[in-house]
Amino acid sequence: MELQVTWFVLWGVLWTVYFMLDGFVLGAGMLHKFVGRTDGERRVIINTVGPVWDGNEVWLITAGGATFAAFPTTYALMFSYLYTALLLLLFSLIVRGVSFEFRGKLESERWKGAWDTAILVSSFLPALLFGVAFGNIFKGLPMDRAGYHGSLLSLLNPFGLLTGLLFVLLFLVHGALYLSAKTEGDLSSRAKAVADRVWPALLLAAAVFLAAVYLSTSLYDNFFRAPLLFAVPFLAVAALLATRMFSAKRRILRAFAASCATIVLVVSTGVIGLFPNLIPSSLDPASSLTIFNSSSSRYTLKIMTAVALVFVPIVIAYKIWVYRVFRGKVTEEDVLEDPQAY
Amino acid sequence: MDVVALSRLQFAITSMFHFIFVPLTLGLSILVAFMETRYVRTGNALYLRMAKFWGKLFLINFALGVVTGITLEFQFGMNWAEYSRYVGDIFGAPLAIEATLAFFLESVFIGVWLFGWNKVSSTFHAVSIWIVALATNLSALWILLANGWMQNPVGYAIRNGRAEMVDFAAMVTNPYGLLKFGHTLASGYVLAAFFVLGISAWHLLRKNQPDFFRSSFRIGAFFGLISILLVFATGDYSAVLVARIQPAKFAASEAVWETRKGAGINIFVIPDAKNECNLVEKFCIPNLLSYLAFHTPDGVIKGLKEYPKSERPPVAPVFYSFRAMVGMGFLMVVLALYAVMVSVRGTVEKNSLLLRVLVYSIPIPYLAIQLGWLMAEVGRQPWIVYGVLKTSDAVSRSISAAQVAGSLVGFTLLYGFLGAVDIFLLFKYARKGPGDDLSGAVKTGAGQEV
Repeated sequence: MELQVTWFVLWGVLWTVYFMLDGFVLGAGMLHKFVGRTDGERRVIINTVGPVWDGNEVWLITAGGATFAAFPTTYALMFSYLYTALLLLLFSLIVRGVSFEFRGKLESERWKGAWDTAILVSSFLPALLFGVAFGNIFKGLPMDRAGYHGSLLSLLNPFGLLTGLLFVLLFLVHGALYLSAKTEGDLSSRAKAVADRVWPALLLAAAVFLAAVYLSTSLYDNFFRAPLLFAVPFLAVAALLATRMFSAKRRILRAFAASCATIVLVVSTGVIGLFPNLIPSSLDPASSLTIFNSSSSRYTLKIMTAVALVFVPIVIAYKIWVYRVFRGKVTEEDVLEDPQAY
Repeated sequence: MDVVALSRLQFAITSMFHFIFVPLTLGLSILVAFMETRYVRTGNALYLRMAKFWGKLFLINFALGVVTGITLEFQFGMNWAEYSRYVGDIFGAPLAIEATLAFFLESVFIGVWLFGWNKVSSTFHAVSIWIVALATNLSALWILLANGWMQNPVGYAIRNGRAEMVDFAAMVTNPYGLLKFGHTLASGYVLAAFFVLGISAWHLLRKNQPDFFRSSFRIGAFFGLISILLVFATGDYSAVLVARIQPAKFAASEAVWETRKGAGINIFVIPDAKNECNLVEKFCIPNLLSYLAFHTPDGVIKGLKEYPKSERPPVAPVFYSFRAMVGMGFLMVVLALYAVMVSVRGTVEKNSLLLRVLVYSIPIPYLAIQLGWLMAEVGRQPWIVYGVLKTSDAVSRSISAAQVAGSLVGFTLLYGFLGAVDIFLLFKYARKGPGDDLSGAVKTGAGQEV
């Protein structure tokens, strides 16, 4: 296999894992103000993501770093073309991270209320922006040899917004199930109720999205060329149905696992459809950024492949280990007992 | 201002802000790890309380360092797309490696340390903060190898219209990057030491928990003295390297206009860039500059006039920031030495003057570090990659001045606000002093007496 293809796969895996992991943190962040009614409940919610949110965000940093190292031209053009959208994303991620840390540091209702709102906004915006950005990448950016002809507003086209909505709903269900699995009693049932209530909207959005992909993008070209690949979007729909089924049976952990699978399969559908493009051009196919015309040299890719082969399995191993250490439910007693908790 | 100037200003503001928080993380992680290790070894609860108190300040500081780092990675693409496209083949690798090797470790084990007091054994808990310390220091290695490559590009060839990596080993053994790594680490340790010394001094002056803060003071004093000596050692080697590799930066840092053999150092200098001379040069120590640059008293220092004006860095900022940094360095040697002395003699609390000075000395290493970076980065101008790519050719073509002006204002407001909140919280928790929380002590059954 050519190294560029290896790195395309790795690039896709990094984004997919990032959305699967940060997806539930973003979802929990969007819900925490509504699902958590008392200060104690809100602290529990923040503490369910406390030990893992930072490690989850590193998948994004690594996805960015991998794009830079393996496909520098794509990195350069994608980041400069999407300047304002990325700026809003950065501001949100910065605010979200410090909100977790700052919120519990003063015993004042106004202080906590302000950071609660900050968590809500800074969790909603990245979910929406990632969706809008990837929707536009799936569709192709208006770029040609002369450069980029889009703006923040042009990103907000129907397909971009639809993908944004899909991401928000995916993460809401994902985060609600995570919260339900990680908490007890009322809080847990309230979170589950949110997941159940949002799910029909998610199903609808997913169905419209899969149809819109056919109408607005050329993602399915690869699938028609190798029809076996259609298994991926079909499995995505199956996983989405399974999510609701397990939730109805009160098998919350399984429902959460199915939701993980849904996100992985939805993002994979998009990534498979892109190949071999990283960013297609909507104006001139010859100006598309592909894994071949934007990649690093063979030497650099070889070095980076060696690094990835050695270290990514190690990372995955200790990430799994840490999720095992923090398995189980978080209760108010745990949070109150631990003066270092958020 | 144009896109280049605005983008430079934005990168300066966001990276300098990031680097308010990172050096403390580098040093304090080690100190907290040391304290917790002593607790695990001796079972003395004093060290557990120390690890928790300093650990809390560590975490408040850490949060802002982490979240502002991602801005820097993104900015290479957002504002410096031509740079990223041109050098990404070699420059992207250390950034990706930094994330894979260091950031994952750091982020996962900070979670274990913060939330794992009752989930992992006390030994493993101490190991996890050591892993955090190792990971933060390791991330510094990769980012400084990346910066070292911008200062002293090695292991590349210009091919296919860009700089491509041809020798990975050369990049990771780049003496410039490695020296910078040593110098940056040591200065971060100094900063952490003065942070611990200053806060301990504040409490000792008020006779709060004297045992606790005397011990903390002692750890800070020794760590500070060793580290500041390392700062000078690595700084000295850096000067030799800069004189050889970036002679224009070296000349600017000492405001040397004419080429001189056996050059001395003037203690008082006021450079006049317009007339390409110095208005004042007083108290010359003969041959010292040549000695510092080449470790021989007769070395020839090339003056700034040897370079066309378009290839000189701006003299005043490089010169003054270098001077001020070195001056503060000497001051910190004296303070650290004095602190160690009184600590060994056991007369810390009798030296209230020293204690008061140390409280106000907390900002000194912060300033010195910022000035050091100012000198290093402004001194590299007009190049973004020394001798390879000019800063003015590196900026993104698709962004407008209005866009960057907007983001610059946004960053300044957001960072200003978050920085103020963070510093407010640091003050609050530093003043509050240690609690008597001993959770996490249960598992070892270690001594509860303080």
